[in-house]
Amino acid sequence: MTAAQITAIQPVQDAQDQTGVAPFGPKPRHVSPGRIGIYVFLVIAALFFLIPVYIMIVTSLKGMPEIRLGHLFSLPAEPTFQPWADAWLHACTGRDCNGLSPGFYNSLKITVPSVIISIICASINGYALTFWPYKGANLLFGLLVFGAFVPYQVVIYPLIIGLSSVGLFATLPGIIIVHTIFGMPILTLLFRNFYAALPVELFKAARVDGAGFWRIFFSIMLPMSVPITVVAIILQVTGIWNDFLFGIVFAGRSNWPMTVQLNNIVNTTTGVREYNVNMAATILTAAVPLIIYFVSGRWFVRGIAAGAVKG
Amino acid sequence: MDMAQNGTSVSIQDLSLNFGAVSVLKTLNLDVAQGEFVVLLGPSGCGKSTLLNCVAGLLDISEGRIFIKGKNVTWEEPKDRGIGMVFQSYALYPQMTVEKNLSFGLRVAGLPRDEIVKRIARAAEILQIEPLLQRKPSALSGGQRQRVAIGRALVRDVDVFLFDEPLSNLDAKLRSELRVEIKLLHRKLQNTMIYVTHDQIEAMTLADRIAVMKGGVIQQLDAPQTIYNRPVNRFVAGFLGSPAMNFVEGRLEKHGDGWSFVAEDLKIPLGTYQFDGQPEAGPAVFGIRPEHVSLNSGTGWPFSTSANVEVVEPMGSDTLVWLKLAQQKFSVRVTSERTPQNDEAVTLGFDPMRASLFDAETGGRI
Repeated sequence: MTAAQITAIQPVQDAQDQTGVAPFGPKPRHVSPGRIGIYVFLVIAALFFLIPVYIMIVTSLKGMPEIRLGHLFSLPAEPTFQPWADAWLHACTGRDCNGLSPGFYNSLKITVPSVIISIICASINGYALTFWPYKGANLLFGLLVFGAFVPYQVVIYPLIIGLSSVGLFATLPGIIIVHTIFGMPILTLLFRNFYAALPVELFKAARVDGAGFWRIFFSIMLPMSVPITVVAIILQVTGIWNDFLFGIVFAGRSNWPMTVQLNNIVNTTTGVREYNVNMAATILTAAVPLIIYFVSGRWFVRGIAAGAVKG
Repeated sequence: MDMAQNGTSVSIQDLSLNFGAVSVLKTLNLDVAQGEFVVLLGPSGCGKSTLLNCVAGLLDISEGRIFIKGKNVTWEEPKDRGIGMVFQSYALYPQMTVEKNLSFGLRVAGLPRDEIVKRIARAAEILQIEPLLQRKPSALSGGQRQRVAIGRALVRDVDVFLFDEPLSNLDAKLRSELRVEIKLLHRKLQNTMIYVTHDQIEAMTLADRIAVMKGGVIQQLDAPQTIYNRPVNRFVAGFLGSPAMNFVEGRLEKHGDGWSFVAEDLKIPLGTYQFDGQPEAGPAVFGIRPEHVSLNSGTGWPFSTSANVEVVEPMGSDTLVWLKLAQQKFSVRVTSERTPQNDEAVTLGFDPMRASLFDAETGGRI
């Protein structure tokens, strides 16, 4: 106590830094050269990765004569939204010239049910695995996690045979089932880990209160699962929307998702290659995941962290 | 057999629990009388919480039976056992208000609306949580949360309350406050209560009877004072009491027609000591509590000796004085006015009647 008082009334004896100011109050912040270097590097890296986006946007706003001049980086002299309208409504895939819009609605029809069904199944899976351990539960969970590492290409052929034998190959329910199955390992892992981190006493209290399997799930667990459900939705929506392989194989011609249609538009070999329309179509297809990335910011980071095992 | 259940609220018979090859509870028997407050006390890992979970029906047992109010509930669901449980982490449903937390079990049971309202009002009044009913658990302090958790057991109108270390998450001041409240609650409700804790103060203050557990076995089941004064083995003696009981290792020897305890130059005559059975000469441990030893208080004691003070630990209300007896650490509790100085030569005296003698090998009371 007395020692503290002595130093308090004798600040002259304090160690002084180069500026001659005795340390007092908040520590002053210095801008070091290293820090400036880091920011310069980050800005340059960001600009570098934004270049393709910039080129896509300016090209999509130019007319074909302007594109032929070859000035890749110049801003459009006469901005036009015609390529966007063409991409959405009139771009041709083979003989059909309906643009991307049918693909957009197909993607919606595939993504929405797949996301809902897979999340419902995975949350129940995770809940049961965590709180109602049954014989072989750990083995099942191990198999599920293993499933996350199975390359898709390996199972395509058996899946085609299986689905066609029950008449679901190349149908909307078929592609929804495929997406649900392939979402199961990672989503179950996500939900199980989330529930395992909750205090088990919560579950015990609910059992003493007389609640059963479903009552505990719907009244206690589900209302607490909002954060992890948001993460799961982000993962699934972006994953299923961006899917090309399953879409082209399992959806069937009439249900082809946007990604497949985009590929067909861009790769159409007849006539003039309309770069502006292709660019607009690509941006339109990427718009949904992009919007989700931007809107869901911090949730998305969690989703990436959670999905890190998937690689 | 079932007739024997009368007057018994909870009866645990030959209960065993194994997790794989690990035996957690070993052929355990415990009868709790109607309205009795029994505390299960022991170090972590002794199986006390496990036993409580078995009574609650949250763990399936390997062998034995459990009766509650004379009814065999061994295979019953927790809700059908007539128990309410309070957890260490409160386990309040975070997205529900206090009122919804209290009413959840009643709504699950499908009770009529006005009955639910009545029961919540009663519980809220008893626990003085009326102003908190519309709050979420996150807006409550630790003490308030635990009160709500007790209320959740209260509204269920059960015969038996099970407490699983309910005060361990609270700070020291709140803990002692809520301890008194739980005791008052027990006096008011006259329910059977089984209370798990590792805190010996909670056990001593609350219990009608304490069951001291170790390694899945009840070591001693008795009234707190009996356990404190006549521990059945060295483990119980060392576990209860703060500061802990002094143990001096030595030998039990017969001199003439009287027994005495001998360690190096120390010789304690045991004329006033009450042996549990017929003593035998051999290695033994002499135990005496620090507050049963007197410092510098004359020579009127059946036994007195002298020693040098090594360290003094002031604890506010009193002081713990450390010294050596027969080259072994020994503590004496004195009032703070009589605190000696370091290295001071003192005399200490006690009555061996208050001591406990244990077999050096088995640790059992002699």
